[in-house]
Amino acid sequence: MFEYVPIIVLFPLIGFLSLGLFGSRIKKEKLVGVIGCGAVGLSFLFALLIFFQMLSIEPDQRKQIVTVFTWLSTFTASPGSLSVEISYQIDQLSILMALVVTGVGFLIHIYSIGYMHKDPGFWRFFAYMNLFIFMMLNLVLADNFLLLFLGWEGVGLCSYLLIGFWYEKKFTGDAAKKAFVVNRIGDFGFIIGMVLIFTTFGSLNFSTVFSSAPLQTTGSTTIFWITLLLFIGAIGKSAQIPLFVWLPDAMAGPTPVSALIHAATMVTAGVYMVARCSILYALAPVTMQIIAVVGAVTAVFAATIGLVQNDIKKVLAYSTVSQLGYMFLAMGVAAFSAGIFHLMTHAFFKALLFLGSGAVIHAMHEEQDIRKMGGLREYLPVTYKTFLIGAIAIAGIPPFSGFFSKDEIIWKTYSNEQGSPVLLILAILGAAMTAFYMFRLVTLTFNGEKRFNVHVHPHEAPKSMTVPLIILAFLSLAGGFVGIPHVSAVEEWLDPVFSSALYRLLPGESTSELAEILLMAISVAVAVLGIAAARHIYLKRLDIATSFIKRYPRIYKVLLNKYYVDEIYDAAVVEPIVKGSNEVLWKGIDVAIIDGIVNGSAKAVAAISQFVRKVQTGVVQSYAVIFIGGVLFIIAWLLFR
Amino acid sequence: MISEYILSITIFLPLLFAIAVLFVPKANEKLIKLVGFIGAALTFVVSLFLYFGFDPALDGFQFIQRISWISSLNISYLVGIDGMSLLLILLTTFLTPLALLGTWNSVEKQLKEYTLMVLLLEVGMTGVFASLDLFLFYIFWEAMLIPMYFIIGVWGGANRIYAAVKFFIYTLTGSVLMLVAILSLGYFASTVENGYFTTSLLDLYQIAHKLPINLQMWMFAAFGLSFAIKVPIWPLHTWLPDAHVEAPTAGSVILAGVLLKMGTYGLLRFNLPLFAEASLKMMPIMCLLAVVGIIYGALVAMVQTDIKKLVAYSSVSHLGFVVLGIFSMTEEGMQGAIIQMVNHGLSTGALFLLVGMIYDRTHTRLIADYGGAAKLMPVYATFLLIISLSSIGLPGLNGFVGEFLILLGSFKSSLLDNYWFAVFACLGVIFSAVYMLWMYQRVMMGPVHEDGLYGGHKLTDLTRREVAALIPIIIFIVWIGVYPKTFIKLSASVSSKTTELMQKIKSGAKIDYSLMSTEKLSK
Repeated sequence: MFEYVPIIVLFPLIGFLSLGLFGSRIKKEKLVGVIGCGAVGLSFLFALLIFFQMLSIEPDQRKQIVTVFTWLSTFTASPGSLSVEISYQIDQLSILMALVVTGVGFLIHIYSIGYMHKDPGFWRFFAYMNLFIFMMLNLVLADNFLLLFLGWEGVGLCSYLLIGFWYEKKFTGDAAKKAFVVNRIGDFGFIIGMVLIFTTFGSLNFSTVFSSAPLQTTGSTTIFWITLLLFIGAIGKSAQIPLFVWLPDAMAGPTPVSALIHAATMVTAGVYMVARCSILYALAPVTMQIIAVVGAVTAVFAATIGLVQNDIKKVLAYSTVSQLGYMFLAMGVAAFSAGIFHLMTHAFFKALLFLGSGAVIHAMHEEQDIRKMGGLREYLPVTYKTFLIGAIAIAGIPPFSGFFSKDEIIWKTYSNEQGSPVLLILAILGAAMTAFYMFRLVTLTFNGEKRFNVHVHPHEAPKSMTVPLIILAFLSLAGGFVGIPHVSAVEEWLDPVFSSALYRLLPGESTSELAEILLMAISVAVAVLGIAAARHIYLKRLDIATSFIKRYPRIYKVLLNKYYVDEIYDAAVVEPIVKGSNEVLWKGIDVAIIDGIVNGSAKAVAAISQFVRKVQTGVVQSYAVIFIGGVLFIIAWLLFR
Repeated sequence: MISEYILSITIFLPLLFAIAVLFVPKANEKLIKLVGFIGAALTFVVSLFLYFGFDPALDGFQFIQRISWISSLNISYLVGIDGMSLLLILLTTFLTPLALLGTWNSVEKQLKEYTLMVLLLEVGMTGVFASLDLFLFYIFWEAMLIPMYFIIGVWGGANRIYAAVKFFIYTLTGSVLMLVAILSLGYFASTVENGYFTTSLLDLYQIAHKLPINLQMWMFAAFGLSFAIKVPIWPLHTWLPDAHVEAPTAGSVILAGVLLKMGTYGLLRFNLPLFAEASLKMMPIMCLLAVVGIIYGALVAMVQTDIKKLVAYSSVSHLGFVVLGIFSMTEEGMQGAIIQMVNHGLSTGALFLLVGMIYDRTHTRLIADYGGAAKLMPVYATFLLIISLSSIGLPGLNGFVGEFLILLGSFKSSLLDNYWFAVFACLGVIFSAVYMLWMYQRVMMGPVHEDGLYGGHKLTDLTRREVAALIPIIIFIVWIGVYPKTFIKLSASVSSKTTELMQKIKSGAKIDYSLMSTEKLSK
């Protein structure tokens, strides 16, 4: 069964190729939808089959590598030169990721049939989406860094294509380019990291690198740089400080894209990568600290921005940045399983929330401003109920899925020695804000008075859209039970993947049940508090919000304008580079100096020729004079030298 | 044996068709185009025999043919290929027919002479890559200059004379010094024990290690200057943007696609193996210039307002990668450099074709005159996107294969022993995305012009002929990206031999120059 792993990857590729090459000629939307969804669905089924087979065998046999062909190599005979295969690795972590990608991906594909109905680029949309699934599967199933990087850049490309899907709009092109370029800044780190891995370990294969890594000493400079450089890649892909700026803009793409790429799967690639390299990170305690701090700070930072945004998708985007921060916090405090668990539950509830917001936007005829909504509950009953489930899940109320995964991270931040009180406080603070901004969003959108134009007649979405919502709502509700503390199936399942890293990081298990329960109570309490405050303010006492704005206009403005990060980057980085290139490099060095010298020497030659040519007058007498002068000169020289 | 002649047939077949073109009446434009295209296409087919007859497992040169020419100086018509020259010859014979096909209706005057020039140019280019005698090499090198000069000067844009003269003088300056170096190298061969005057590369490979270092440095400089101008290596690049902007499309395609590679080819074919010690000494400087070129070219490309100039400056950046790969003196770096020459030929060749196609429609190349074109020409938009991504170095397409090998090679190079070159070169990865995607965004995305006119003209999507010219390039872009083995394995021998030689020189081991050539010294 395992040898069929490449088939999981193959289906979406076939889907992409058939839609990409012939899609424009397929007139029926239905057929396009069947091809697009079918490709992902079949992938999901295959992944599921392999998963079941893995369940049936011993844990130590669950890891398999299937090689397809040699990809990038010098093809020279000498040992030690580069050789990289297209080969896939099935293990507990990669199959989990593959299931999430294809499973959630399949639901979002189904949803898109309804959402993209009658769009002139219908076939193009599904072609890109299939390409995305293909690339994402390469990313999670790769057994070497370079193939992972192929998927890594490939999903970035799909993100670019899909953000810019409605390219004739003014803003989408900017957003798409920004996403790609900011990601490339991260990839710069990733490439150097890969190169350093190769020079250190002589290979880019996971198995070789990870098995020889423990021979390095903990805290070695090389490992520090490798892990840090890879993490820079993750910062770009997973939108952490300071490279998070592309993700909110990415919301310019169609909403299913935001759900699939910019919430559930692609942006979590950085988390997956760190988890995959857990053994390397285990050897670099400093990098782990950096990751934990970046994660925790991002979680709070993005949440504060989310508090005041008025665009339904922007709130969710900052929420995603914030939740990704939690995942990185988990990685940083050596809670790898918890991070992956949160990645999974987040995929469920954030996909649900985005798809729900899509249904709202659909119903409101492309309106995204929550100040112009309100009272949608009665018009969109299914969307409301499912959205509410998603909101409760992300807020962290038991027994919804988000509670288990987030609580696990908070607990590990406290209990693992990599954690610290400051990180813990940040994590709890973030949780409170998450609950608040989510219920501000729910309340302003679905409850209270109707603030939209009377001519807008909101309507519930078609079945193809609501069914995925219901399924995702179910997963958001129940998906957490696989990770109940102490009996966590996820942790047990992933244990073989992380055991060698954890063995180094957490030699002794020290747990205090009392502290764990206390912490759980605190995190539930802040979530409830956040929800209650949001309900109270936005349902009954809007004046509290307005008076806050009046009293602290500066704070509000800074938050509303996202701390002016974009503006600062523009002024500090983009402008100087563009101006310097234009005025100094091009018009200065190239045109003025180099061409000045070239043209100048040409002119000098011409000028000298002008002078010299005067000698050739054509008058015989003057030739004779010069001739005699020359003879005299030679005689004089011979005499007096 | 026929196989002995295949190489010469590949070189001179276009000449045969060039003569045939002469006999076609001027008025019969269709026939002129057809003869030109068939000639170029047939040459490609013949060159495929080289590919299939080539044995990558063998060291040294294959398909060698030697005909005595100036016997008093032991100068002969000596041609032969190894994996590197094979790849570049295939690139030449592949791009030339496509350049003709892609610009079928673009030439508005003196079509007959134009077709003639393109075919003659092809003779010069394949000749350069096949020559194993330095004198013969020089003849082809100079001969190729003439048709290119006319192509820019006659069929070019408004400022064509300035550009053509600048191109000519820049290149000639370099090659004059190269001629002096070739002759003194030949003379040096006569001063060694049992020596005689020779310009045969196979002979010179055997005795090059006897060159004293100061002479090596001078020769490295003389050859190097000529090649550096051709590449072009920063800061000798300013002829390139002018030449490209003024040249007609087919000229730009061939100029960027093939001509620039002659510089990097020359460095790898002559400078490294002949002047190995000097090359080692110059290594850091060459790498520095390469990295400056990578970043500088990319930054200047970013602020261009003319699409063609943007692509021209991007070439400076991409060729910087090739030079860095060569002077990393590692197998990864050299293999990367060789495949990157092919990659750049394909992607930049295709980019110039695409710019030419849109220029044919609107008669403007200014980025600001466009916007929203994707809506009107979706097929064109798709091609431009794929080729831009190839140029950016997206994994899965060809550009990444070369760039990654080069970065890896220059990072790990023990001879260079300084990873900062690779780190700074890697910045090019970011900037290339900036300038290509920014250009793509401004030209293709955004709202369609309200009147639907661009530069006063309507935009129509690609014709079947234009698509037919682009599809083969796309196929190879994907092929090299996914399964580079087909191509990279060809040059394995030359890369590992050159690397080995450099390692030996550095470690002071006794040098066995038959490393580079299996031929024996022969008169």
